[in-house]
Amino acid sequence: MKFSEQWLREWVSPELSTQALADQITMAGLEVDAVEAVAAKFEGVLVAEVVAKEPHPDADKLNVCQVDDGSGNPVQVVCGAPNVAVGQKVPFAQVGAVLPGDFKIKKAKLRGVESRGMICSASELGLEEETSPGILELPLSAPVGQSLRDWMSLDDSTIDVDLTPNRGDCLSLKGMAREVGVLNRLTLNSPDLAPQASSHGDVFPVRLSAPEQCPRYVGRVIKNIDVTAPTPLWMVERLRRSGLRSIDAVVDITNYVMLELGQPLHAFDLANLEGAIDVRSARPGERLVLLDGQDVALREGTLVIADDAKALAIAGVMGGEHSGVGPQTRDVFLESAFFTPLAIAGQARSYGLHTDASHRFERGVDFELPRQAAERATALLVEVAGGEPGPLNETVSAEHLPDERRVRLCGSRIEQCLNIRLPDTEIVDILERLGMQVSRDEADVGDKADAWLVKIPSWRFDIAIEEDLIEELARIHGYNRLPVRRPAARLGLVADDEHRQPLTRLRRQLVARGYQEAITYSFVAPELQALLVPDMAAPRLANPISSDMAVMRASLFPGLVKALIHNLNRQQSRIRLFETGLVFQGELDSVEQIPMLSGLICGPRDPEGWAARRDDVDFFDLKGDVESLLKLGGNEESWRFEPAEHPALHPGQTARLLHEGEAVGWLGALHPALRAELGIKPEVFLFEMRLEALTQGRLPAFNAMSRYPEVRRDLALVISDDIPVQALLDTLRECAGDWLTDLHLFDVYRGAGITQGNKSIALGLTWQHPSRTLNDAEINQLIDTIVTETSQRFGAELRG
Amino acid sequence: MDHLPTLVAKARAAIAEASDVASLDTVRVEYLGKKGEITTLLKGLGKLPPEERPQAGERINQVKQQLSGEIETRKRELEQTALDARLQGERIDVTLPGRGQSTGGLHPVTRTLERIEGLFTRIGYDVAVGPEIEDDYHNFEALNIPAHHPARGMADTFYFDANRLLRTHTSPVQVRTMESQEPPIRIVCPGRVYRSDSDLTHTPMFHQVEGLLIDEDVSFADLKGTIEDFLHAFFERDDLSVRFRPSYFPFTEPSAEVDIQCVMCSGDGCRVCSHSGWLEVMGCGMVHPEVFRHSGIDAGRYTGFAFGMGTERLAMLRYGVNDLRLFFDNDLRFLRQFT
Repeated sequence: MKFSEQWLREWVSPELSTQALADQITMAGLEVDAVEAVAAKFEGVLVAEVVAKEPHPDADKLNVCQVDDGSGNPVQVVCGAPNVAVGQKVPFAQVGAVLPGDFKIKKAKLRGVESRGMICSASELGLEEETSPGILELPLSAPVGQSLRDWMSLDDSTIDVDLTPNRGDCLSLKGMAREVGVLNRLTLNSPDLAPQASSHGDVFPVRLSAPEQCPRYVGRVIKNIDVTAPTPLWMVERLRRSGLRSIDAVVDITNYVMLELGQPLHAFDLANLEGAIDVRSARPGERLVLLDGQDVALREGTLVIADDAKALAIAGVMGGEHSGVGPQTRDVFLESAFFTPLAIAGQARSYGLHTDASHRFERGVDFELPRQAAERATALLVEVAGGEPGPLNETVSAEHLPDERRVRLCGSRIEQCLNIRLPDTEIVDILERLGMQVSRDEADVGDKADAWLVKIPSWRFDIAIEEDLIEELARIHGYNRLPVRRPAARLGLVADDEHRQPLTRLRRQLVARGYQEAITYSFVAPELQALLVPDMAAPRLANPISSDMAVMRASLFPGLVKALIHNLNRQQSRIRLFETGLVFQGELDSVEQIPMLSGLICGPRDPEGWAARRDDVDFFDLKGDVESLLKLGGNEESWRFEPAEHPALHPGQTARLLHEGEAVGWLGALHPALRAELGIKPEVFLFEMRLEALTQGRLPAFNAMSRYPEVRRDLALVISDDIPVQALLDTLRECAGDWLTDLHLFDVYRGAGITQGNKSIALGLTWQHPSRTLNDAEINQLIDTIVTETSQRFGAELRG
Repeated sequence: MDHLPTLVAKARAAIAEASDVASLDTVRVEYLGKKGEITTLLKGLGKLPPEERPQAGERINQVKQQLSGEIETRKRELEQTALDARLQGERIDVTLPGRGQSTGGLHPVTRTLERIEGLFTRIGYDVAVGPEIEDDYHNFEALNIPAHHPARGMADTFYFDANRLLRTHTSPVQVRTMESQEPPIRIVCPGRVYRSDSDLTHTPMFHQVEGLLIDEDVSFADLKGTIEDFLHAFFERDDLSVRFRPSYFPFTEPSAEVDIQCVMCSGDGCRVCSHSGWLEVMGCGMVHPEVFRHSGIDAGRYTGFAFGMGTERLAMLRYGVNDLRLFFDNDLRFLRQFT
């Protein structure tokens, strides 16, 4: 809601500066978005009359004008505007005037002819954004010699209020004034809303076929209107200050009354109406060409204004082209109706429309307003366009009008909610100032009388329950004058599951290992997702913001790869990124929203430095990082890596991650073909795993340390390259007896002394018995078993 | 026997001459070793007449001890010198950078979320999370926003179909908590939320933390106290002015927007606060009875408050970030600034 401060002050004018008024409105819950001057700064501009005009002797497009600026002597001005004419009233900048942009008007010679001043266009005065084609023509009634600023009341501000959807009652000057009146304890000056005498008896009949959606319809026939009559400048200016352009007298007046009182109005060309008005639901297959030229198929359930032949308008949203008022219109039928919010809610949007009328009706327009608004519009039409009004014809279905609302308000409830006992007098005073009727609730008796019954005014659609009234009291009393307290609660302790690894710990582990956390959008480009996780379905947005954010991510890979590319393109060579968040896997109906942790690395192993390893990362750097996460839970043996294939990963450098036998993640090198396709030069290694598995840990359990010596033996076994080390390690554990306390692999060797296609695996085994010293014989026997078993299973040979 | 003083003098010269521990040891062997000159003298005592033996033995032993002590002293000197020389040789430039992995960092949004969660969990709130693909009921209906309600226009929603959408706030988590848990309830709900809006000051995804406290006798005063405390704690400024403005959310009544004195200009007016001196930082209110009704909580017995804030906005104010979109570019040069 945007309006002129001066207009508001005609209704109610508290002794407050513009800024103080705006602050007061804001603090009452009607947030002022902006306060702006209605015209840029200028001075020295007067109303003047063009008294003579001669062509310039030396220029085709210039005229030499004589202008009467009220000084007594005509002033000579050279003017290039095409529309300048004798007899016009114009804004005239005298020599010495300063126009917006600090443009000073000086005496000048234009092609040899003296010019003392300038006739101004609207844009030169900062009244219009776009450059005006000609000078601003003022009404002939404009008083010559008067300051234009004063005469047009340009020392004014527009106040733009960002209203919340509950305050439809403030979508008018009247509504805003009502609030300002309440806040400052001032009464309102209302324009004249008296009934207009009719000069003929013509009535256009109205039928309410959907009275639950339109229970009140006020209509009036106004004949012999001059649609071409100019809208008075003061009205054009007020419309402009509310962000509306002047169209013609009829449209301007209906808009003006809507801004003034809050009642959207519509004018039909009476000549194009047949039979009677019917306010009804649209019929199957019915179509309507709207005022904006759009031809829409109406849906059943949409409330329309129709005549006997056809739909004329979407009720409360927009009129139709056919029945609209145009230059040829002589007689109009004026509509001022009440449509229920539910009837209009969602209708405009469903046709891709949003109009000033639908905006108001959706939020609720005072159902006692249509008659007043019709009278006001009639008076203005007669004044401006000279029509002859017929009798006001009101059709009402009283039973369908909104019920009278009475809300019970209990003093103790106010106290409970606000922690303050407002005096009864203040409570009643605030509510009455807001237009409510307050009476004691007679259901209470004697000293228990602590409640009121509050009758809600017809314009407040947002008040239905006690809490709504409490908010009104708090709002007018002032939120910042209400008490402040800290909530009290019992200090109960709750158990904390020590088995679980908090996400914060996992994140910090990666941070300690050099990873930066990324946060990428949850919707990704379908093409990128198809490249990286081709066999994974994910829900698609019906209304994505752009095509590269159209599908939900089924994996964190697309987002991270996009971030990687972003950074590679910015000369970053060493990149370690991770992200946690939901991925969305499956079709919409069966979609799983799974918390994941994913990361990627590329570039040099160490940050560049005098002591750094200069080679690039490989699979085992990534695996080491992943293992460091797995170790946090203390349950290393529940995890397995197995060779696998993933469409986005290098087939020879990919592992599936298993947790207790269940596949929960992937790690591997980004497929070289994909890298080529995505234009990524360096090798990239990625992992992704389900957070649920990662957060499961083990409660530490103490084992007594043995007092007996441990025995360490090293073995080098030669096996084929095809055999995964994991299989060898599993066999060793199986054969090494109960007292094996440590098994680790300390070297992998290929080369001289080892047949091509084989590798030598060096292993360190440590045994320790809890209650005695182990002897050589039993260890030798275990070694023999291991050698025999690995030889049988894998053809392993002990390396000499 | 008579040449003993000469021998001592010779030995002393040799000790002084020894330039390292090895050559000193050679001197020791030469004089005090099994076949050393002093040892030989001792062995030769038996050849002396018996009456001379004790005196001669004593003299020789005295000399032996003397020399032995002098060798020991000299040895320590030489060892010290050798150590000094070694230490000198092992000198390094300790100002060279250390070796090993660099440290990464958390995303500023995570950092901010963790701080906010920490402030609330420390006083007894739990953290609750929920799905991001939500149904219409939990995102709207249950929060007193029926279909076609004008408030639906307050947040442009991403839809999958008529019923499924991306949550526009984390309030559905509150609804789900109320459905499954009896009061008292004290939760904060951090997470990603989505609105179909993208320009200089809006990204289609951002983060919120919403809070909910339900108990007997919870009032608007408790809400004001909680919000003020939180903002003072978050910005680490006890003198930060906080004001409450009436506002509207379908799920709270009374509702308020919360402004703080601009942290960039201390309220003097700057570009960040549009020269108003105030910054809108969160919304809040008392839980609407209709929301309680939807979730099966007895509105006669319990009252509660809820609040919600945009994490990126708070992070921008806290760290002076001037462009919202930077949060989702994941540019390392940006991310590293929050390490």
